[in-house]
Amino acid sequence: MGDLAGLTAPYRAVLGSRIRAQRSYRTSFLLDLSSSVLVGLVELAEVWVVFHAVTELGGLDLAAVVLVFGLADLAFSLADLAFGHCDTLPTYLRAGTLDVFYLRPQPLLLQLVTSDISLRRLARAAVGAVALGVGLAVNDVPWSVGSVALVVLSLVSGVATFAAMFVWAAGAQFYLVDGAEATNAFVYGGRYAATQPASVWGRPLVVVFGFFFPMAFTAYLPVVTLLGLPGPDWMPGWLGWCAPLAALWAWALALLTWRAGVRHYQGGGG
Amino acid sequence: MPRRDSNETRYVPVIVRTYLRLFVAGFRRQSTYRLAALGGLVANTTFGLLKVALLFAAVRTSGGELAGYDVAMMSTYIWISQGMLGSVNLHGRTEIADRIRSGDVAVDFLRPLDVHLASVTTEVGRAVFALIPRGVPSVVIGALLVGMALPDDPWAYPLGAVSLLLGIVVSATTVYLVGVCGFWLLETRGVAILYMVVSGFLAGLFVPIAMFPDWLRVVATVTPFPSMMMYPVDVLSGRVDGAAAVGLVALQVLWLAVTVTAGQLATRAGRRRLEVQGG
Repeated sequence: MGDLAGLTAPYRAVLGSRIRAQRSYRTSFLLDLSSSVLVGLVELAEVWVVFHAVTELGGLDLAAVVLVFGLADLAFSLADLAFGHCDTLPTYLRAGTLDVFYLRPQPLLLQLVTSDISLRRLARAAVGAVALGVGLAVNDVPWSVGSVALVVLSLVSGVATFAAMFVWAAGAQFYLVDGAEATNAFVYGGRYAATQPASVWGRPLVVVFGFFFPMAFTAYLPVVTLLGLPGPDWMPGWLGWCAPLAALWAWALALLTWRAGVRHYQGGGG
Repeated sequence: MPRRDSNETRYVPVIVRTYLRLFVAGFRRQSTYRLAALGGLVANTTFGLLKVALLFAAVRTSGGELAGYDVAMMSTYIWISQGMLGSVNLHGRTEIADRIRSGDVAVDFLRPLDVHLASVTTEVGRAVFALIPRGVPSVVIGALLVGMALPDDPWAYPLGAVSLLLGIVVSATTVYLVGVCGFWLLETRGVAILYMVVSGFLAGLFVPIAMFPDWLRVVATVTPFPSMMMYPVDVLSGRVDGAAAVGLVALQVLWLAVTVTAGQLATRAGRRRLEVQGG
């Protein structure tokens, strides 16, 4: 235990200072929190407007899609809380400040992840959590040990998958720098895709967001398995249980890309 | 006083030329970020395909027509709106906000230019350039991959072009108002996030406004956001034509007048409030 405390002390010091810093500007912090709640609500409203116009879409009704949204959005906001600021890597690259990280005797990725934490994203996670709770309440979930395990497993795997997406994007940004928006297509596009019924996708989208970036595994597939809904043709009923495999695959992809990116990096010339 | 008159007639073209130069500078600055434009195009296309999957399924589930949209019209809506994303500011970040926070805006006030109009002109220049690498390719990719409806009425093209330009300008004048909040707030990120969330939704970025429930449609209509994206898309796609299309353009002009007036007033009030540290 003492060893662990010693090892994590530098990270805890940085994170603690970031948390104190954010809370010190109270008005700005409160405004940030309420904006984040609103972000979550409006994203839910985007889904709701579509399902308000049609009663059922791709085998999901409004109740089921709220569950999909809650699961995906909670997983995404928790991953965003911890890994979201990997997005700022291009700024570090352009300014040459990434080189400072190389001077410290700690792993680069771990430093990047623990260099900041955005508390306002907790507010965003609250929206996802409420949607998940409502989704579980209004659907006819056959409660058993198995179904509880499925929900917990898919939430944990979902957080891991989205976190891997942020790391993958950071690795790709070593190559892209100015073209970082291309990675947004898959990170934030992935979040958008994760809240959709994957059964409406054509084959290219199934390949990209169903398997290569396994977004369908973060929420849609587990919900189909949980509620025993008729899924798309390409999906056997038990596929929802494979969310941890999808998370493993996403992390393999992320770490390979990150490693390639770090090796490609030549320094800021400082 | 005839002398003063002759001075003013010479003064006007100089002013026009100055703003034209600012517009061109914005246009050229944006043209140097080619990789960024390509990245934006990848993002536009990916989001576009996801929207196609969801909204096409919605139209098909309702028997081929939903809120006046068939599949082809929905495709036109999706790809024109995706194409406009690089030109219409729906993220709330502006240069003026940074310049107010850093105090650089004090230098802008010393220049013989209107800070508000100069900032908006540069922003519009950048936005118009973005139509070349992001706007047109998005529409072409959409037309090739998915197919789309074309307007029957040839008037849709010139009127649509006017509406598109108005949409870009209204977005620049509206987001400027977010930036100048900095005179009073210093840190405008919270306001910018608020703007980002509300503008995309109410501009009709994710779902066309015609699909909104009535009360939400009313809420959208009393904001400038549909003027930035939904109205230009409606006019350009020919979904709304004839007198109704002219009506939408008139509504855009109204919002332009409102936001420009607010921008002028806020800039003047902010200038009196501005306090810059250091020397």
